[in-house]
Order: sequence, then C-alpha cells, then structure tokens
Amino acid sequence: MLIARVIGDVVATQKHASHQGRKALLVQPLHLDGSDRGTAVVALDAVDAGIGDRVLLVTEGYSAMTGVGRPNSPIDMAVIGVIDSIHLDDPPSPSS
Amino acid sequence: MILARVVGTVVATRKDPRLEGRKLLILKPVSPDGKDEAGYVVAVDTVSAGCRELVLAVSGSSARMAEGCKDTPVDATVIGIVDTVDMDAPPSKGKASK
Amino acid sequence: MMLGRVVGRVWATVKSAGLEGQRLLVIQPLTPELTSSGKLLICTDAVGAGAGELIYWCRGKESSFPFLPSAVPTDNTVVAIIDELHVDRTVRPLSESPLC
Repeated sequence: MLIARVIGDVVATQKHASHQGRKALLVQPLHLDGSDRGTAVVALDAVDAGIGDRVLLVTEGYSAMTGVGRPNSPIDMAVIGVIDSIHLDDPPSPSS
Repeated sequence: MILARVVGTVVATRKDPRLEGRKLLILKPVSPDGKDEAGYVVAVDTVSAGCRELVLAVSGSSARMAEGCKDTPVDATVIGIVDTVDMDAPPSKGKASK
Repeated sequence: MMLGRVVGRVWATVKSAGLEGQRLLVIQPLTPELTSSGKLLICTDAVGAGAGELIYWCRGKESSFPFLPSAVPTDNTVVAIIDELHVDRTVRPLSESPLC
C-alpha cells in the first residue's frame, strides 16, 4: 500500500460495467516527506474519500478488486482507507 | 520477500472493514547488509513488529497468504521479525577463481 | 489505472489467436494536467474508445478481465472514456507537509 493524496476526480459515462457506481479518484502517490512520488493515477474509491484527503492506496489488482467488491474486474488500484495520522520514528530524508 | 525496517505507523479510522483492528506499518526496504534502499511501503502487521525492528515483508498476492489476510484488500504484510542476517564475505577483487 | 489519450491504432494480421477481433489502440500516458508522461503504449480496448479521446486504462493481469471468459493476452486495456476531469492540487489537510 502507498500513502497518497486525492487531487481530483474523473467523470466517465462510457466505462467498464465493473466501474459503474464507484467514484474514480485522481490520486497522487506521496513520498514519506510529503513530496509527489511519480505521476498521479486513477483509483476507484471504496471509502468515500474526498479531494485533499490523505489516503491508503492499494496498487495490486486483487486487493483493489476486493476493496471495491468487484471481483474479476479490470481494476488495478483502489483507495481503501482515509488516513487520520502518520507517525514516523525519524524525520524523513527528502524523497525517501 | 523483502527485508525492511519499520519506520512508522499509519492510523486510519475510515477504512475497509476487513482492515479493522490491523496495525499498519510504514516499512523502508533495506539491503541484506543493512543499508536503506529507496522507497517505502505501507504493510499490515501480522507478527506484532515494533518501531525500528528489522522485518520480513511480502507483497503482491502472497501478502494474502499471511495469517488472517485471506480475501482482504491487502497488498503487503509483515510476516516475520528478523533476528540476524548472516552474509558470506564478499569475494575479494582480483582473486576470482577460474 | 492511469490517464491517457488515444493517439493511434495498430492493425496486425498475424497475431495471437486470443487477440483476434480486438481493437488495439496507441495511448499517450498523461498527467492530470494533461501533459505527456512517459512513452506511448499499445492497449486493447474494452469500451470502444476513438481517436483523440481522453481515457483511463488498467495495467497488469486485470486488464484481461473485461474479456472473460476469453483469455486475451493483454497487459494494458482502456476501461473508460473520460467526460470530465476535476483536479485541485491546492487542497491539503491542515496537518500536512511534512507528512506526519
């Protein structure tokens, strides 16, 4: 799982049936120092997250599918938790 | 399977119900000789690992083979606490046998 | 899933039997700001996307699932055509940056 921030959402009418009824969020994966980690991705929402929320992002197919309750679907990423707080033992080095 | 060090924890109230009661740890991968490697991963703890401990973690579908993780939306789990890592001495340069 | 735009099509006569009848699209991966990110790639198509359309696609084994029960040997599939995209990178929780 990765820590990510919700930066937007995607509206699509014509999409695979398994994506119907689930919000598609634009999420930006983060490094531990809070900087962006790679490019933003589209993930289906399992916990009603909103823009600005820090979230837990699963990046593996099966866990994403079970997270949103759609087995055997073309889903490779899902938001499965809204993060309240993060505790780090040592301050992170930049882009670690 | 990777060697990693526990560097922190994540707290989330609103999450998948199958993750309730699960501790979420932030792991930083380390090489077998103890050096930190790039990146991090958030993993579910199944062995009560603690801060700064060296642990064994699995990711991908194997993560759900861990105790209590079957059919849960989990892609990384901590499955062991490492006591020691023994490494053979690296081959010295210029003395490779033919 | 990742954002992208359809920038071309691929036709192949000689191909794996599993790819028979599949549309193959050339996709340019995009950032949320719609600038190019990364190399072009070839995707199968599960939604009938056309030239120039903004889409998102799915990677990995999951990308063959829209075609079940046929086993299509693909690793990238377009799964939605995007109507609208809302991006706001300015909204941050009060306690952010650094993360903890």
